[in-house]
Amino acid sequence: MLLAGVAQGCVYALVALGFVLIYKATETVNFAQGDLMMLGGFFALTSSVILGWPYWATILFAVVAMAAVGMLIERLVLRPVLGQPAFTVVMITIGVGYVLRGVVTMIPGWGTETYTLPTPFSEGTFKVGEVIFAVQQLAVIGMTAALVAALYVFFRFSKLGVAMQATSQNQLAAAYMGIPVRRVNMMIWGLSAGVAAFAGILLAPVTFVHSNMGFIGLKAFPAAVVGGFGSVPGAIVGGLIIGLVEAFAGRYMPEGFKDVAAYVVVLVVLMFKPSGIFGETARKKV
Amino acid sequence: MRFLFKTGYAQDLRLFKHGGQVFWYGLLVALLLAAPFAVGEYGMSQLHFILIYSIVGLGLMLLVGFTGQISLGHAAFLAVGAYTEALLQARGLPFFVSLPVAALLSGALGWVLGLPALRLKGTYLAIATLAFNIIVEEVTARWEGLTGGNSGLHLKPIEMFGIDFGGDASFYYLCLALTVLSILALMNLLRSPTGRAFVAIRDSEISASCMGVNLATYKTMSFALSAAFTGIAGALYAHKVSFISPEQFTLLQSIELITIVILGGVGFIHGAVLGAAFVIVLPQLISIAKDYLPSNIAGSGLQAVVFGLVLIGFIIFEPLGLYGRWLKVRTWFELFPFYRRGMFRRQKSYMKSERLK
Amino acid sequence: MSFFKVDNLGIRFGGVVAVDKVSFEVKRGECYTIIGPNGAGKTTIFNLIGLLYPATSGRIFLEDRELTGFSPHQVADLGIARTFQNIELFEHATVLQNLLIGRHRHRKTSLWQELIFTGATRRAELAQREAVEKVIDFLDLAKVRDSLVAGLPYGVRKVVELGRALATEPKLLLLDEPSSGLNPEETDDMAFWIEDIKRHLGVTVLMVEHDMNLVSRVSDRVLALNLGSAIAEGTPAEVQAHPAVIEAYLGKAA
Repeated sequence: MLLAGVAQGCVYALVALGFVLIYKATETVNFAQGDLMMLGGFFALTSSVILGWPYWATILFAVVAMAAVGMLIERLVLRPVLGQPAFTVVMITIGVGYVLRGVVTMIPGWGTETYTLPTPFSEGTFKVGEVIFAVQQLAVIGMTAALVAALYVFFRFSKLGVAMQATSQNQLAAAYMGIPVRRVNMMIWGLSAGVAAFAGILLAPVTFVHSNMGFIGLKAFPAAVVGGFGSVPGAIVGGLIIGLVEAFAGRYMPEGFKDVAAYVVVLVVLMFKPSGIFGETARKKV
Repeated sequence: MRFLFKTGYAQDLRLFKHGGQVFWYGLLVALLLAAPFAVGEYGMSQLHFILIYSIVGLGLMLLVGFTGQISLGHAAFLAVGAYTEALLQARGLPFFVSLPVAALLSGALGWVLGLPALRLKGTYLAIATLAFNIIVEEVTARWEGLTGGNSGLHLKPIEMFGIDFGGDASFYYLCLALTVLSILALMNLLRSPTGRAFVAIRDSEISASCMGVNLATYKTMSFALSAAFTGIAGALYAHKVSFISPEQFTLLQSIELITIVILGGVGFIHGAVLGAAFVIVLPQLISIAKDYLPSNIAGSGLQAVVFGLVLIGFIIFEPLGLYGRWLKVRTWFELFPFYRRGMFRRQKSYMKSERLK
Repeated sequence: MSFFKVDNLGIRFGGVVAVDKVSFEVKRGECYTIIGPNGAGKTTIFNLIGLLYPATSGRIFLEDRELTGFSPHQVADLGIARTFQNIELFEHATVLQNLLIGRHRHRKTSLWQELIFTGATRRAELAQREAVEKVIDFLDLAKVRDSLVAGLPYGVRKVVELGRALATEPKLLLLDEPSSGLNPEETDDMAFWIEDIKRHLGVTVLMVEHDMNLVSRVSDRVLALNLGSAIAEGTPAEVQAHPAVIEAYLGKAA
């Protein structure tokens, strides 16, 4: 059960990671992150079921396709409101979420039905001593760890990664240093959407693929908030906390508590640490 | 273009600035009063919803447009208003008692939600209110002893002073009266110190507190008042639909409510009413359009797509909303032929971070 | 009884000591100026007086009443008003509304009276308006009274901010770099107004300023800061001639 919590937490963490990437760069929260994940799930479905590609090609296809979608969204919708207040951007991403959810139902072969995405690590379980491990859950945990490691290397060592970090610290200064801020923002959206696609694929065996699976993004908010929006490790820790809290609430609390446990945790955390556990304290200079 | 010559300070306190406004708003009220004689049953029903949503819009405008806070949880207040009304009516209390109680209870809950808002800004506040909405929704679904859980509650039509408000026209007049009262209350607030304190908080919290505005008091007050407006609307809503259940008060409902102020025009009282009308009429237009579209497009997703596109379109192209559009059109005619394209343009800016470096 | 006193005030941000054991006293009716190079901690002192930052050490007294333990809005209630270095006006409100918000601490009506706009509310509003019009006359703001702040030029906004602080009818007025960003004529006007505020309105002024012409013209006494510590105090001429001040601005002679 602990493992189930961790695996679920990893998925939350991945969606939360998408939030954090965009937040760090542009100080806006993408309320459509869950819907990007849903779209990623559908892309994966297309390549694996309809085109019959192998699992690894499916992941690659979905991630690349979603990165393109993410960049497109940034270019078309978010760039015009660059520099507007948080509220404006929140609402515009909510609008994007609506459009994505609606569009998916209109595409032939996708529609409003629910699909299963086949994975190479299906139903197997194995035992080590007294503990039962589900292969599926281990795979989710392993793949999350791999992605996080890759992102770490990217941000730490690649030129683009460093540019992205600079942009997130101070857009104006980054622009003065010759970093094409707008293009970097676009890349970050692409990256974030790619991560969302990855999360979608990992989540697919648990929730199946359907046009409303994006609502799980709502569960990732608590994860991102608990960890602090500006913090990458925070997203991972926050995701794990929320996953575990849910798993334990489902086990030990009265029925129905599982669904709200995450939100109760969020309100409590925000009461005491208004910018999350790993968040920076904000103070306006006068 | 009209020039006003001011001869006394009291003139600036008037609700109607000049005779023209008295005439046009008088005409509007007359038309609204005459509506039940000219509009059919279906139209009346739409008008009910528009008025009810207008009250929510006014509450949200107070919070979002004038105090600069965010709420993605107003459906929760609508729920509190609706359930209070349903439960009190079932216990035999008259409407003129249950309505204020509904407003008060919602207001109290709004005050509670205002407490975390003291320390939260922007996105974090949005998420706190969102979490609050989901918790309230879950509580109404699980507290079966009180709310009937997912099987919901039924309401009887309002009866007060021997008049039956179940009829289309009588219920319409009730909604209209409450809407007009809400508008007046909001306008009064905005020309007094409380309203100015709200605006001060919206524009600069730091400066507001240096001018003696107690941020804690006024932020919670704004949440409470906004919730109270929404509670009143909730009570009316409960009677309008006559059956309430938790699915009517979800996060999606909250988002629909907040789009009222965005589409109408953030920061304008007119915007609340225009936005409400738009949000009610849009689905009707979509369902008409569906008859002319191929079946795979005209499915359940169409409404979401149109809704999302309208929202995006307004934020990018008309951030001042419907009322802003009207102002531009009016200015164009007033200044003809001297209107310049850039008159209402926003300044392009880089992100201003308030994070301490 | 001392009018306004700062005793041993200090704050550190992490390891950085921004203000270190600064003490000074302002007499009723004078204009007291704090000068110092960039980063000397001048604005930080203002933020400490306004209780926007929690002081690490020290105490602040207005008319022998200690400010510690109050919240920022209560500081305004006690009669301390301030302006900001980079202008913090209510951008989407008119000049008149901005000044009326300055009247907030003189509010007499309750929420319920305002919701139905009773006669008492109307009378209170008219009284507030009269008080604000006096400030508008004083600072010659009549022609921008109904303009939105967002559209006004920088110099005018600076005056509006001064007006907003005056509308609170303060005992002590804190001016954070009143001349920054102003052209010579505007600076001249500002000097004239500060003298008038001191002389005719009887308001005590505590100011942070760089422009030494303005400082010499209006200040009675000057405190020089460097790296968070006080280095000299006296009349403008004395402080300008003080070796430690010259060293702080120009560096040590080789």
